This record gives sequence, structure tokens and C-alpha cells, in this order.
Amino acid sequence: MSEPYRIQGETGAWEVVIGLEVHAQVISKSKLFSGSATTFGAGANTQVSLVDAAMPGMLPVINRECVDQAVRTGLALEAKINPVSVFDRKNYFYADLPQGYQISQYEQPIVGEGVVHLDLPDSETKEVGIERLHLEQDAGKSLHDQHPSKSYIDLNRSGVALMEIVSKPDLRSPEDTAAYIKKLRSILRYIGTCDGNMQEGSMRCDVNVSVRKPGDEYGTRCEIKNVNSIRFVQQAIEYEARRQVEVLEEGGSIKQETRLFDANRGETRSMRSKEDAHDYRYFPDPDLLPLKLDPARVEALKAALPELPDVKKARFIAEYGLSVYDASSLIEERAIADWYEALVKGGNGKRDPKIAANWTISELFGALNKAGFDLADSPVSADALGGLIDLIGDGTISGRIAKDVFAEMFETGKDAAAIVEEKGLRQVSDTGAIEAIVDAVLAENQDKVAEFRSGKDKLFGFFVGQTMKRSGGKANPGMVNELLKAKLTG
Amino acid sequence: MAGILDLDLVAARDALRAREISSTELTSAYLSRIEATADLNAYITVTADKAQAMAKASDERLAKGEGGGLEGLPIAVKDLFCTEGVLTTAASHILDGFKPTYESTVTGNLWSAGAVMLGKTNLDEFAMGSSSATSYYGPPVNPWRGAQDSETRLVPGGSSGGSAAAVSGWAALAATGTDTGGSIRQPASLTGIVGMKPSYGRCSRWGIVAFASSLDQAGPMTRTVHDAAVMLSAMAGHDPKDSTSAAEPLPDLEATLDSGVKGLRIGVPAEYRVDGMPTEISEIWAKGIAWLKDAGAEIIDISLPHTQYALATYYIIAPAEASSNLARYDGVRYGLRVDGGSLDEMYANTRGEGFGAEVQRRVLIGTYVLSAGYYDAYYRKAQRVRTLIRRDFDEAFGKVDAILTPTAPSDAFAIGANEDDPVKMYLNDVFTVPASLAGLPGLSVPAGLSARGLPLGLQVLGRMFDEPMVLRVGRAIEKAATFTSRPAMLEGI
Repeated sequence: MSEPYRIQGETGAWEVVIGLEVHAQVISKSKLFSGSATTFGAGANTQVSLVDAAMPGMLPVINRECVDQAVRTGLALEAKINPVSVFDRKNYFYADLPQGYQISQYEQPIVGEGVVHLDLPDSETKEVGIERLHLEQDAGKSLHDQHPSKSYIDLNRSGVALMEIVSKPDLRSPEDTAAYIKKLRSILRYIGTCDGNMQEGSMRCDVNVSVRKPGDEYGTRCEIKNVNSIRFVQQAIEYEARRQVEVLEEGGSIKQETRLFDANRGETRSMRSKEDAHDYRYFPDPDLLPLKLDPARVEALKAALPELPDVKKARFIAEYGLSVYDASSLIEERAIADWYEALVKGGNGKRDPKIAANWTISELFGALNKAGFDLADSPVSADALGGLIDLIGDGTISGRIAKDVFAEMFETGKDAAAIVEEKGLRQVSDTGAIEAIVDAVLAENQDKVAEFRSGKDKLFGFFVGQTMKRSGGKANPGMVNELLKAKLTG
Repeated sequence: MAGILDLDLVAARDALRAREISSTELTSAYLSRIEATADLNAYITVTADKAQAMAKASDERLAKGEGGGLEGLPIAVKDLFCTEGVLTTAASHILDGFKPTYESTVTGNLWSAGAVMLGKTNLDEFAMGSSSATSYYGPPVNPWRGAQDSETRLVPGGSSGGSAAAVSGWAALAATGTDTGGSIRQPASLTGIVGMKPSYGRCSRWGIVAFASSLDQAGPMTRTVHDAAVMLSAMAGHDPKDSTSAAEPLPDLEATLDSGVKGLRIGVPAEYRVDGMPTEISEIWAKGIAWLKDAGAEIIDISLPHTQYALATYYIIAPAEASSNLARYDGVRYGLRVDGGSLDEMYANTRGEGFGAEVQRRVLIGTYVLSAGYYDAYYRKAQRVRTLIRRDFDEAFGKVDAILTPTAPSDAFAIGANEDDPVKMYLNDVFTVPASLAGLPGLSVPAGLSARGLPLGLQVLGRMFDEPMVLRVGRAIEKAATFTSRPAMLEGI
């Protein structure tokens, strides 16, 4: 076990208790209660139906696909799917909330308790409880910087489906929290219910933070609203926990309140206290009937779920003999895992899964990162990388040359075999040809040969290097070693 | 002229089909009548051009032997239904200038059936009231006057008072209404016409300005029970755009209309004999019971024990829903906007000026009963009582086929009366509200005149989705009552 995360105060160590409310935008063609499109980045107010603009007499109709997405998510979180759930109205006034209420779920959410499994460094694992998941509408967007005295409203987002995923207060450090968000995002992306894009706001976090002395009861929590990157979440937790410790150690008490995270200054600021909190006057939306889920429908959705990250990881370890680290990196995104499996399974099943994993993780990811590409943009396909690995496997090129070939492939998108042929990079395994080079190297370095023979063993590497260099890197390194050994010691 | 206005909906339908009259002729007669009865203030908007164009199109279809169930029949629409391109006000200042780009499902159904639109009728602001006097456009007037006092202007009831005044004053052949707690049935009773609230879910609420979503229901206001059956057949139907709309197919409402009540069991609820009920109301009720008995029905005393809580329950649930439904009238996107120094100030100015006193009262009550700390005591408790009221009816309908009660506790009252006493005004709904809470179909049929010479209606309630039974019993009362009285203003036209 690694050391638990603690804030060191003057009165001793403090434990931080964190719970998360994640708002995840549902991937769906149309909004939760209307037929409008949900495409990100469309022109202002171009994706607004009469329902979204709350025109008189308009009524919401539940979008079945959004319900299915919530159920899929619940199933992937190993959660209880509630056969009956209820939509409520959360009433408050704001210019970008056309109805004057948000349709949400309050007392009876669609999904109940579940769990997320975290993999922490040093192969530690941790379970984070899910309290609930409910469906709700997003609000529109207010633009305050378009006019000196007026605010503009864009209702494109108004009515888009969100899943609010509420964790139990099971997280204990900024790192835990980051791991939780990443894992949750990975699950959502696997099942295709949310794209997890925090920059575009399709995943947003409210972070509840409190501190206590280890073993004490939970302290009073503060909620930090709308933090939009994992790094900011970590910063916000660190700052907020320290702030609370300072307040408590100075003899003060924590007021339950909502706070904002100021990313520029790296601090949290009070937004409104509990006393000023809105009274949302929740009540069941009379325009909608209780949502009843047919068990057969839930079963069908369950049966159609793809293999989830945890299962896939276990399979990769068992089936391909990968390390936990390699398996974890390969399964984080479904597309990468699929890419890797396509790579391993190509080439008549002769490819070594570990070598394939190394090439994928070190070379491919490295190159993609450097170029700022996603896997989808990769100039090297799984098939092409497979071709390269096969050339190493059958001795056509050395691992050393292969790295150059890969660089060329990444650059030009050409096939490995073509590059090898074109550039004459085929490995030299002809004993006679290599022997000639070895002899030439030894002849040119007679002084070093003498030194070696008098006990300076380390010079062996020098001879290998010189031989390889003279062969243009093409000599079979195994054969070079053997020949040198024979000639120098023989 | 009088001859053509004398035709009820069914008679006019038949005359049009027989090509004895044209829709253009009929529509013109009604448009002239609307002008002549402008004092009734029944209409907020008259759509004369639209009416003539629609009539012309109907005549063309009729000439080809085509046309829907209401082809060529000129009707009025309560100004709570959104009508495409036509000012829609809900009788509120806050919807100033609002012309929807869409047509409500119910009115759309009516136009598809061939009906001709005369205009939009007056009502209580956002349908909140029992007199129609809370309208921003001034109160509509009941065509009826007291026999001894022909000067005092009387209310046509509410909230569908404009529709009731138009139909009873022959300024429309029929009209749509909406009923949340009695808003079709009570005005029908006070103006001597037929008004029907169908089962909740029968008519789509899509495109009707919402008052209380779990109660609002559109229905016909007509001269006869048969007219109501014909008109409802065109209005009703499942609508995927309204999640609370019923998938239940609508039976043929005309087929069983004249089947009579022989062998039917009619329930008479003890709890509707309320304290202080005027004798003439008990008397008309007794008459109704006798008529049905004479026609062969079995009269059964029943109990609806939670009736006494219905009004209080209604006046928690309806304002609660209204407070939320009316939040969208905020000055941001349409209707009235009264600027202010901040967003909150703009809201306060807009809603302060845009909503009348009764609407503000109900928004305040609704906000209060939903507030933290009061929700359980009011809203949640009211929902429980609502369930009990529904159960009362379920049990009663195990023993009876229909229930007979008075529609309203009094005849029409003077404009301005009850205005300073909201609770007294709310009492108008005492007989209509329980069925609204239970979602059941209810019909008001004119049954006789009060001592003041004003119409009184009887209410028939039925099982959920049993509109045929309600209409059948209503038709039997109509036959027995032979209510042929007309407001004095109709004499000589």
C-alpha cells in the first residue's frame, strides 16, 4: 500500500473526502424531449425547436434513445436500473432557461447504486460507489460579451440530454479523483453514451470536498461547481482542502456553500451560501408519465453492450501475457484496444503480442503524441505496423533498422516492405559478407584488438558498433556478435 | 336569416351535405351575428377573412361530395388554443402580440374535419376563474338576463365564458372550451348550453396554453348533446406529441346516443348535497333523477366520501402546476417585456404588469405550496387526497354506470360579484372539480330555469373513457327536459 494522501496541518494530518457529480452529455441525434439536433458548434439558435424555446402550449416527449443511453451507462456502472423513474421540474428563473424550469429526476432516478473500479499506481485498486444516475435537460447559453449592455442567448444546448452521475464520497485524493474521472470517461466512451470531451463541455464536474482527521465523522462539505478539466479538478481539490484545513485550524468552521474554481488564480471562491441557495420547488412534471422500463428492453441493452474496459484488461493480461501497465494503456480507449487486437491477430497469428504491445505503446503512441494526432489520424495502420513487425520476426530487418523504417512509414504512409526494398535496408545474414566486414574492421583497429586481447573486454561493443556502422546497420546483429567473438577470442 | 342561425350543428351539417345551404351563407350569417352581438364581448379576435376563405374552400369540397365530419361548420375557438398566424392571448396582457407559428392539435383536427374558424373567444386570464371577468380584454357577457332584472349584466361563467356566450348568443354554431376544474361545464350551465369535458387524455393538450397540466382538457361547447358528440369526435384522438394523450381508441359517439337509459344504474352521491345549496339547485337535481327513473334507469344512492376535500385539493394542485407552467412568460422570448435595470427587475416588471391579480394570486399560492418545508404538508398531501378521490369514483363505478349531480351551485351571477372574495368564486367549482381530479368525463346539460329565469345545468359523470355512456345519459336528460328556452336577446332574430 502506498501512503494515503494527507494534508499536513499544524494540528496534524488531515484526510480529504471527495465526491463527484459528473454531468455527461448524452450522445444522441436529438434532444431529451424534442426532435432538435445536438451537433456541437452549430450557428447560434439554429438547433432550437418550439419545445426548446418553451413556446406556449408546447409539450416534452421523451427521446427513447436517450433513455437507452442512460440504461447502457447504468449497466456499465454495474448499477441498479430502476423499472420506474419519474421526471421532475426543477424551478428557477434564468434567461437561458426558457421553460423557467429544468426537467430532471429528483426522488426517483433512472439508475440507482453502482460501482467504478479504479486502477491506481503500484497495481493498487479501489472501488468508488455510484450513488445514482439521472437524466436531465441542459440549459441554453448566455453570452455576456457580445454587446455593451445586453446579453445574448443561444438555445442550441437548451434541452440537450445530460446524465448526472453522482459518486459516493469515496475518493480520498486528487489522484484518486483524476483516476475516477478518467475511468468513468473511458467507460462512457466504450459504450458510446458520452464523448467525454471536457473542453467542449460535454463532460463537466461538480466537486464536493470536505476534510477531517482520519477516523472522524465527515466534515462539512463545499461544492465546487463546473470544473472543466481533470487538471483543474485536481488543483481545485488541493486548494480547497488546504483552505478548509486552514479555516479549521484557526478555530473557524466550514460553511456549506457553493464555490467557483478560478483557473487563472488556481483558487476557489464563494459563489453562494446554503442560506442563499435556490428553493427549486421540485415536483413531478405533469406533462410526462412516469418512465417505465420493460425488463426485456433492459436485458436486450445489456446483451448488446460491448466488452467493458475491466473485462478487456483482464483478458489482455490472460490472453496476451501483457503486464498490467501495458494492458491498462491499451484498453483505456476502445479504439486503441481494437487497433491493438487487429495488429496482434493479423499476420496469421504469428505476431508476438508483447512485441506488438511495445511497438504500439512506445513507437506508435510516441509518434502520435509528437505529431499531435489521434489514433484515427494515424498514417500507420494496424496492418502496416504488423507488416513491419513481421519483417523483424523473419529476420528481414533488425529492430534497430525497424525504428527508422517506422519513422519513414509514419512520415510517408508507405508500406514497410516497400521502404526496406527501396532503401536496401534488408538485413545482411550472409556469413561471407559479414565476415569480410568484420575482418576489415579488425584490420583497421589492430591496436584496439590488442587492448581487447589484453583484457579490456568492454571494447567488444566498439567492434560491434563499427561493424554495424560499416554495414549500414543492415548486418544481422546476432551473426556479427558470433563472428566477432570467434575472431577475437579464437 | 334567423332560419339559418336556428340550425344546430347537426342540422346545419345535414343541410350543408344536402346542399340546402352553403357554408359561405352560413358563415356570413354568423359573422353578421358576431357584429350584432359585439356587446357580449365574446370574442377577443374575429377572423372574418379567414372564415370566409375557409367557407369557400368547404363549399368547393362539398360541391364535389367531399368533406370531413364538420365540413363548412363555423365555430369559435377559446383563445387558449394556439392558432397559426392568429393572435393568441390566453386573455392575458403578457401575451401581447403573440401569433403562434403553429396550430394546436385539437384545432388542427377541427380544421382537418372541415370546420370554419370564426375567431378566438374571451376567457378568464390563463383560464383562471369562474366568471371570465379576469380577462385582460374585459368580461364577456352572458346573453341571458334575469326575468325581473334585464339591466344587470351577468357573467357567462368561466373560464370558457366567451365560448359559452358565443354559443348561447348564436354568435357561433359551436365552440371549443377547455376545462381544468369546471371551465367548460360551469359556463355551459350558466348559459343554457351543452358542455363536455372528456376523459383526461382524450384530446391532445399540444398547443393549448397550459394552466394545470394534469387537469387541463379540451372539449366541445354546443347547443345539443348530439352536437357535442359530433364535435368531440373530430377533436379527440391520440397525439404522439402529448405524452399524456390516451392511446384508447374513440368509440363511435353518435351510434349509442339514443340508446336510452333503460336498465342503467345511475348514482346519486350523498356528498353533493352541500350545506347552503339553493333549493332550486336541489329541485333541478331531483327533477333530473325523476326523468332518468321515468326513462327506466335504476337510481342508486352512492357515497363519494372524499368529496369535501376536492376543492381544497384542487386549489393546491392547480396553482402549483400553474406557478411552474407560467414561468415561461418571462419577457425574454415573446409577448410583453417591460425593461428593468437588471434581469430580475425585468422579470418583476414584466410579470407584475403582464399578469392580472388572479393569476398573480395563483402563482403565489402555487409557489408557496411547492416551497421547501411546505411541500409535504400541501402538495404531497393533496396528491394523496387526489388518489383517494379517484378511488371513491372507482368504487362508485363498480355499482353504477353514470353519476348525476348539479353542474354548478347557482345560476349566473352579476358581473363584478364575488370578485373581492376569491374563495366564494372558487366555490363555483365545487361539483365539477372532483371529476377533474379523477380525470373522468363530465357533461353539463341544460335542465331548466331558476326562479330568476336563468338556465341551470345538470352534470353527468362517467367512467374513464366512457364518453358514450355520458353522452347517452345526457341525451336522455336533454330529451326529458325539453329545454327550449332562449335568452331574450335571441327573440325576433
